Amino acid sequence: MTQFLSLLLNGLSLGAIYALIALGFAVIFKASEVVSFMHGSLLLFGAYAIARLSASLGFWPGVVLGVLATAGVGLLVERVLINRLRGAQVISLAILTIGVDILLVTELTRRIGSDILNVAHPWGGRNVRFGDVGITENRLIAIGVAAVLISAFFAVFKFSDWGVAMRAAAEDGETAALMGIRLGRVSALAWVVAGALAAVAGLFLVGSPTPGVQPGLQAVALRAFPAAILGGLDSTGGALVGGLVIGITETFTAGYENHLLFFGRGFSAVMPYVVMILVLLVRPSGLFGTKELTRV
Amino acid sequence: MSDTASVDLAQPPASPGSQPVTSAASRRGGRGGRVLTLVLLAAAAAVLLVLPLYVDEFWLRTGFACCGAIIGAIGLNLLVGTTGQLSLAHAFFLAVGAITYVYVSGAPGGTATKIEGLELPPLVGMVLGVVVAGLAGLLFSPIAARLRGIYLGVASLGLVFIGQHLLNTLTAVTGGFNGRTAPKFSLFGFSFSDSNPDLFVAGVPFGESERLWYLGLALALAAYLFARNLLRSRPGRALQTLRDSEVAAAVMGVNVQGYKARVFMVSSMYAGLAGVLYALSIGSVAPESFALDLSVLYLAMIVLGGLGSVGGAVLGAVFVSALPLVFQQYAGSLPFVSEPGQGGVNAGQAARLLYGLAIVLVVLFEPAGLAGLLRRRPRRPTPSAGAPASAPNTPSSPLGQGSPA
Repeated sequence: MTQFLSLLLNGLSLGAIYALIALGFAVIFKASEVVSFMHGSLLLFGAYAIARLSASLGFWPGVVLGVLATAGVGLLVERVLINRLRGAQVISLAILTIGVDILLVTELTRRIGSDILNVAHPWGGRNVRFGDVGITENRLIAIGVAAVLISAFFAVFKFSDWGVAMRAAAEDGETAALMGIRLGRVSALAWVVAGALAAVAGLFLVGSPTPGVQPGLQAVALRAFPAAILGGLDSTGGALVGGLVIGITETFTAGYENHLLFFGRGFSAVMPYVVMILVLLVRPSGLFGTKELTRV
Repeated sequence: MSDTASVDLAQPPASPGSQPVTSAASRRGGRGGRVLTLVLLAAAAAVLLVLPLYVDEFWLRTGFACCGAIIGAIGLNLLVGTTGQLSLAHAFFLAVGAITYVYVSGAPGGTATKIEGLELPPLVGMVLGVVVAGLAGLLFSPIAARLRGIYLGVASLGLVFIGQHLLNTLTAVTGGFNGRTAPKFSLFGFSFSDSNPDLFVAGVPFGESERLWYLGLALALAAYLFARNLLRSRPGRALQTLRDSEVAAAVMGVNVQGYKARVFMVSSMYAGLAGVLYALSIGSVAPESFALDLSVLYLAMIVLGGLGSVGGAVLGAVFVSALPLVFQQYAGSLPFVSEPGQGGVNAGQAARLLYGLAIVLVVLFEPAGLAGLLRRRPRRPTPSAGAPASAPNTPSSPLGQGSPA
């Protein structure tokens, strides 16, 4: 029972981080119809920027500047590349982000080299215990921050002008544009939000129990893909649910690995994808995604 | 939405392969143009055939690796370019082909971990590699046929990671983390290795790299012709209609699910053959060779070459797979590439940066890729004659900006 609760708590924290990434993914898709395959490298960039900046400027200024820088990269990509291809097919936009991803990852991997950069979190690697259930302080804070950010996001999404504009744009871009909504601005803001969320997720992903900034981080971030797909690409609520489901399943598979040895070691890293494929078999547009209707 | 579909259907969907180049030539010069094309083709073939007599082993090795990549790229292009189904699972199917080959034809052995092998003739291994990869594609196709566009892209991403896990876990078959060596290819007793029989042509020793070069050429040519003919036939037209509009295709009587499943299978078979050639070219297979990077590499090839164009896939494959090897070979004399361990940009990274940038530029400025660049040239002198023939190329390019709706 102790193990179960401890895994649940840890899974929840991992899921919260995934949800942050998946949320950015969903927002981008909603606002600009782009499936951003560069989200993993955006996260890697965020973690790298935070590590470098906080080493020279101190932790908090480093975090703030790092998050801003990542949001800036998102904005840059949207303004320079995505915005030019408004109306292009989803696949060509996806391929474009793959190209950007290759560039970013290659450059970051080269800069990081073989060493592991560490972010000096003020909370360090301490553990918190609730009775017998333990979790690292980093992951506990991650749950809190993710909860705050996600609620703030949903509030903004529901009540602010930008949120309304974005939902209108996602519903029917043409009509929204006719009503005076500036689609370019909506999409730019979505990329900024997604970049910032990815950087925050990166900040927690490089803290204990995971090691510091290393190129493998991108693979971890990729597991947020299944999270977004599982919930339904165009559903922000789905991203949250998907993130939690993926985080919890992954942690449980890792925790009970000894009972699942017939799948082989390290199966937990594959689990998100297995879950995703199973869900897609039953519901091709994810759990909460809009079903694609075809009108003739 | 509906009017784009009707525009696409109204025009005969010219197969966007190498055909426009030849047809443009024949339009200009009539029979003379066709003869010219044939002469050029024959000259190119002759150069490729006598090449082993003149160039050294590095170029032949690179050429063989390119042939493998060409086959894989043509296969992926059928799926992504022609049918419009984004797939990132190509690395998985390459792995299936490669592993089947080494398992079927390889010898059992291994010291720390036991490795099994059936020791059947390599030709059987190669054929089974293609067949098993095709079956794997068929197994995945119920999912592939249900999913649309981008959902398929991400679902196929999962296949790569599952494949990685299997490669690392099924040690008896795959050799596990360290991989296993690939058996040399042989055909009815003729071994594609340095000896048995010893062979000299015009005083040049024909070793492994020379023999493999011809094998690669033959297989790549066969793969090219098969794909080109497929695209010009009824199924090819059906696949292109599927890409342009599934609804329109269904209304015209195309079995949407069936064609999607079958093109997935054919594409996987191509990948399987590419995997076998990959194993032969490297001499061994290891899990890390078949990671997501490889899928992205293949996607880069077909995007750079031009989606939907068989000839483009060939160009893209040669470009992307030869680039890092050439950079590596000539790292000393290239100003922007540094030797390994020197801190700067090494050969592999330089190649990655270059084709990453190339992808971005191609999507932004020339959606038809290298094939589009080549095709553009003959059109210029005869702007009036080009109207009916060149029109299908533009709307049927899947990267093209769709109507602004």
